[in-house]
Amino acid sequence: MSTQDTKERLELLQGTLDMLILRTLIFGSQHGQGIARAIQETSEKELLVEHGALYPALQRLEERGWISAKWGVSSNNRKARFYALTAAGRKQLVKETNKWQRLTGAIARILGPQRAKS
Amino acid sequence: MFGRKRKLDDFTSEIEAHIQIEIERLREQGLSEDDARAAARRSFGNVMHAEERFYESGRWLWWDHFRHDIRYALRVLRKSAGFTAIAVLTIALGIGATTAIYSVVDATLLHPLPYPQPEQLVSIEDDLPGVGAQDVGMSEPEWQDLQRSGIFEYVSPTWFDENNITGSSQPARVRLLIVAPNYFALLSVKPQLGRSFNPEDHTPGLLQEVLISDGLWKRAFGGDPHILDRNVRLDTDLYQVGGVTPEGFDAPGRTAEERNIEVWAATSFYGGPMSDHPRRSGRNLPTAIARLKPGLTIAAAQSRVDALVASLQKQYPVDYPLQSVWTVRLVPLKERVVGNVRQSLILLFGAVGLVLLIGCVNVANLLLARASARGREMAVRQALGAARKRLMSQLLTESLLLSLIGGVFGIAILLCTKAFLLRFVPANLPRLNDISISWSVLLFALIASRIAGAIFGLAPALHAGRVDLTHALKEATRGSTGSGQQTRTRRALVVTEFALSLVLMIAAGLLLRSFWDLLNVQLGFNPQSVMTVRTRLPYPNNPKTDIYRTPAQEAPFFREILRRARTLPGVEEAALGDTASIPLDQSLRDLKLISEGQFLFVLEGHDICSDQPAVVERSSVSPKYFDLLGIPLLRGRLFNELDTDNTAQVAVINEAFARLYWPGQDSLGQRFKSTRAESPWITVVGIIPNARTESLAQASVPQVYLDVYQTGAKRLTILLRGHLDTAATAELVREQVQSVDPTLPVSDTQTLSETVSASLSERRFSMEMVALFALTALLLAGLGIYGVISYMVSERTHEIGIRVALGAQKRNMQRIVVREGLALALAGAAVGFVCALVVSHLMAGMLYGVRPTDPLTFAGVAFLLIGVALLACYIPARRATRVDPLVALRHE
Repeated sequence: MSTQDTKERLELLQGTLDMLILRTLIFGSQHGQGIARAIQETSEKELLVEHGALYPALQRLEERGWISAKWGVSSNNRKARFYALTAAGRKQLVKETNKWQRLTGAIARILGPQRAKS
Repeated sequence: MFGRKRKLDDFTSEIEAHIQIEIERLREQGLSEDDARAAARRSFGNVMHAEERFYESGRWLWWDHFRHDIRYALRVLRKSAGFTAIAVLTIALGIGATTAIYSVVDATLLHPLPYPQPEQLVSIEDDLPGVGAQDVGMSEPEWQDLQRSGIFEYVSPTWFDENNITGSSQPARVRLLIVAPNYFALLSVKPQLGRSFNPEDHTPGLLQEVLISDGLWKRAFGGDPHILDRNVRLDTDLYQVGGVTPEGFDAPGRTAEERNIEVWAATSFYGGPMSDHPRRSGRNLPTAIARLKPGLTIAAAQSRVDALVASLQKQYPVDYPLQSVWTVRLVPLKERVVGNVRQSLILLFGAVGLVLLIGCVNVANLLLARASARGREMAVRQALGAARKRLMSQLLTESLLLSLIGGVFGIAILLCTKAFLLRFVPANLPRLNDISISWSVLLFALIASRIAGAIFGLAPALHAGRVDLTHALKEATRGSTGSGQQTRTRRALVVTEFALSLVLMIAAGLLLRSFWDLLNVQLGFNPQSVMTVRTRLPYPNNPKTDIYRTPAQEAPFFREILRRARTLPGVEEAALGDTASIPLDQSLRDLKLISEGQFLFVLEGHDICSDQPAVVERSSVSPKYFDLLGIPLLRGRLFNELDTDNTAQVAVINEAFARLYWPGQDSLGQRFKSTRAESPWITVVGIIPNARTESLAQASVPQVYLDVYQTGAKRLTILLRGHLDTAATAELVREQVQSVDPTLPVSDTQTLSETVSASLSERRFSMEMVALFALTALLLAGLGIYGVISYMVSERTHEIGIRVALGAQKRNMQRIVVREGLALALAGAAVGFVCALVVSHLMAGMLYGVRPTDPLTFAGVAFLLIGVALLACYIPARRATRVDPLVALRHE
């Protein structure tokens, strides 16, 4: 049972997908499939990202002006829509990251002693 | 699709690219083409779902929904044509009527006066509250004081009068306004032809040039383009036409006569024919208008005027006795023009607004009834996944569309019937010609119909949002879908409707009773088979050329006219009087008041200086006047042939006068005199009973009658009694008058009954309109209760069937149904009573003879309303008794 547990991927928490997308784009512009792949791989396949769910998020970020998009050609010569981080998006990423670290820190402090007990 | 950032196609091809890239990556890892495709699709998830979410994030989604809703609503409305027709008609009537009244309110109350910077224009009114005199006019020195005070840009006295114009085919009576030379500069109005007076002109006497109105120019001079070269004779004096005022220019006056001026003459109010040195206490300038200095508010100007008045009172203590408390009021000019119609218009607007509201409630009821018939449809659609929000917005769209169509129809009806409706508007309404269906009126109609739609659409929409699915679907199979909630709402609506109609009915009832009482009031004189014709003797500027200068010079003319009048066919009696002698003719009374001022007098035996002059109504009449009007003599004597210019002046007074000034004494033989210089003492020789010659609503107005042979009169009324053909007799009178003096105009032929009836025209208009609205409201309320009760019966067919099958009496069934309706009507009446009490107190000023809480009106209206409710319930109740238990039970 324990082995299966580790294999079951974690579902993304509400609102974190935006932050992960912004973070992924910090290394340069990327198309949708690339972003999905990058999130999965950098999380060492712990996170489950349904590729379809990525697109409404991308749409949203684009509308807010945090990322920009234009059609380009992928490494294997396929037409794809490439997303890039904007200055506003960079600022947003810093803000989100700070918030997230404070949140996880606080949760860790609460959960910490309990873990010690068990 | 502007506004949506990306097209769906673009999005789809992005997803396509994503999947292709994923497939290629998986193929590189060694999967077969099919496996790779399947895996890519799997990891992408639901493509359709992604596309839908993309679509919903588009900003124009609401527009798509809106278009759908409109299309759907149109389809639904077209399918239930009967319902749509009734709803649209109700709304159209409501919006049409409300907009009609609004267009009048807009033109009169809301629009500023049609002169530049109208907010700076004021009317100056002098009061002497110490002696109970209002708007007494000002003197020339006071005018100069105001002019030089630095408060006003211009001040112009205005003196309304009549005049005889000769030179065209017939001598005619024209309405003349004598103004200061700055009058047109004050109003900032430029003539369409020629030029206006020089505002700085201060020469004595009347200026040689006059301005004429567009109407007179076209009527009397055929629109002659060379009019400026022509001369006109006004009261035999020669004037030059200096200019023609623009078309549609109305003078700012209180009455229709004062607004519809035909000739403007200018003077600085001193020098012949006026006094060379006008006295400060001679208040001979009846009214004045002024333009404030720019930037000065009326309140600021008023306080400066108050200071000026105080200092003048100190400076001239003899002219301004402290007891009379001379005050000068600045009133917005607009107030003077429209002030006396405000209350009636607001009442009408309120009434018509209530009708619209009742119409809305009715449509809401219809919609609710239909909503329950469509309950199954709604339930099924919800069960299939329609969002409640969407269903509600769909229903709201339907209502709004309905109201919009109703509004458009309403305006269409209004535009078609505009000319017809305008005929009902009393002719003395100010700014009558400005009434139009303007953009602001259209905007009002649009907003009114949108609000109406929101009001009547809200209840059904809210209900749709609260449908209990299982219940609705189950119920639907039994042919009865109204939820308890819905029934409650519909009842509440009917109660509201009844309450609102009750308020309207009571308002109408009170106005009707006032009107009825006024119609049946004891006049104290007999207007039957009396007609009046007017003529006017000229007032030349040079008194030496005046052949009618003194009463003695006028007397032969009076005698000759009366002699000739008595020989006319059908004439039984003839008498003469001045304009104030025509009973109940308000406009002429005002004219006399304006041109001659109020009759201020002092009583003999009272110290003239300390005692305050009193104000009274007075008219000059010939001896037969009282006989002709059927006014009896109480004591003393009437005038006779022996009262002439050479004998002491005598007066006949009414009881009110006697009681007010000589209480507990015999008034016969008492003397009084006008406060004007060199006025003779007047002896009371006769007392007559009070007659309502001044106003129908006031029973005892003190009045004085003087002998026309002693006072003389320029504005003459010829009164004739007999079986007369009015028009033919008027023509004969004209011939006779003009054969005596061919320069005299003959005008304003009326029967006295017409005059009496015309004195009620404003009241009649308000009453008829409110009564019309109240009847509409009653009809709508009746329909409303009928709808609810008959719906209740159809809803309970099953229950009634069972009851009848178990042996219930038909009469019992009927009673149950009627009781239901009656309860609603009574609840509505109770709520309405409270509101009606508030409203009736607000309109107390428009009532006559009835108190605002008149129990008879309240009870009568309540009974009428309940009667209508009973009738409306009776029809469905009969249907309830005819329920065949077999059919009803099989219904299931």
